[in-house]
Amino acid sequence: MKFTEEHEWLRPEDELVVVGITEHAAEQLGDIVFIELPEVGTQVNKDDEVVVIESVKAASDILAPIDGEIIEVNEALVEDPGKVNEDPTGDAWFFKIKPAEPEQMDEYMSEAAYMKYVG
Amino acid sequence: MGQDAPADEMIDLPLAGLHAELGGKMVPFAGYAMPVQYAAGVMKEHQHTRAAAGLFDVSHMGQVILRGADAETLALAFESLTPAAVLGLKEGRQRYGLLTNDAGGILDDLMFANRGDHLFVVVNAACKATDIAHMRANLPGIEVEEITDRCLLALQGPGAEAALARLAPEVAEMRFMDVGYVTLEGAECWISRSGYTGEDGFEISIPNEAAESVARALLADDSVLPIGLGARDSLRLEAGLCLYGHDIDETTSPVEAALQWSIQKARRAGGDRAGGFPGAERILAELDRGPARLRVGLRPEGRAPMREGVTLHHEGAEVGRITSGAFGPSVAGPVAMGYLPAALATPGTAVEGALRGKMLPVSVASLPFLPANFKR
Repeated sequence: MKFTEEHEWLRPEDELVVVGITEHAAEQLGDIVFIELPEVGTQVNKDDEVVVIESVKAASDILAPIDGEIIEVNEALVEDPGKVNEDPTGDAWFFKIKPAEPEQMDEYMSEAAYMKYVG
Repeated sequence: MGQDAPADEMIDLPLAGLHAELGGKMVPFAGYAMPVQYAAGVMKEHQHTRAAAGLFDVSHMGQVILRGADAETLALAFESLTPAAVLGLKEGRQRYGLLTNDAGGILDDLMFANRGDHLFVVVNAACKATDIAHMRANLPGIEVEEITDRCLLALQGPGAEAALARLAPEVAEMRFMDVGYVTLEGAECWISRSGYTGEDGFEISIPNEAAESVARALLADDSVLPIGLGARDSLRLEAGLCLYGHDIDETTSPVEAALQWSIQKARRAGGDRAGGFPGAERILAELDRGPARLRVGLRPEGRAPMREGVTLHHEGAEVGRITSGAFGPSVAGPVAMGYLPAALATPGTAVEGALRGKMLPVSVASLPFLPANFKR
């Protein structure tokens, strides 16, 4: 599992990468009330805004951590956005992406480095 | 309120230590360090207040006492600054009022109470310095005393009466908008049965030195949780209550803001004391002919909240703007308020809100979004 400075986690799953947000991010956002996911089949570039999250406090964008194609999205989150607060690193993944350049993963932090990053 | 100071310039209120102990997340608000939420989080705090009771520290608000030569002189003087009827408000009762400017805009909204030989006024934190200067400059012969040695706590929710009655049984006798004096933890407190959540509840002015022990005594009740400004905002929004600097300001008139209920008959055309307040010409004309625009409730379709600043559109034209918006935990969907032309202000009217480059459907809704739960 890899972690970004934007508080996303990336978990390789066969030839895909599953993306979600960390517990730290979910806690900082507060109660999440709305999620807009990208359409399956969208080609995204690293740093494109792909997901909109609204908490009781504010709206935030989730950026694509790598280039690739969106293969699957977690529709269950649209009906029940609060899942992200309950299980951010498990059931509440956002999307699965097919990497265009898998080596883009290499620049991200290990779990230990991320834990140190969020202090 | 637009006056947020950098963190290092925030003023700590007397209960800062208690907020830290309770896990309050402090943010700058109107120059003060205020708890925006506690460990439970905004959603749970909101729902707890509607289900049981919430304790809010609103000590940043301005508390002011006005004194005059006699009650009538004082009431008539204050009526020169507000469209509300002050004369005729019975001793032991409180009313909502507005300070208006010469253009008919709103300088602040406030609560004022007749306490026999004086008026007790509670004003918004961000406006208190200008309000007090305004009153001192425009109320000759009236003493304007700012109360700086008292905290203000609000206890709100269906469990508020039972929780407070454990400390002072006599509060159960009070009705909505009654005011009085009560002894809590040995200190003389000033109390009103009112609030800013749409729920039954009380606002309690407590000498600084007793405020923490009163707060602890209330929090010792299992039904009472501390509630931050985050939930205070979603609670007041669902209740259709205005936030000064957002839903009302110097450019909105009381009639546009749908606050004409705060202008009693005596101050309207044909009344005993018609007009005689700043901006009366515009305000009385709008009461007579109707305003060009109106504050309305708005229900965005779907789940996406529409927040302050989102523009409203109808038949391709921009027709208004959202002034407050959030997800309403008790409504279980997004709720908002904003201004629309009077012709589009009828509940049920369909408009659109521009959100992230898309036009999304919004319908005009009646306010409040939830029925109020006051003890009349």
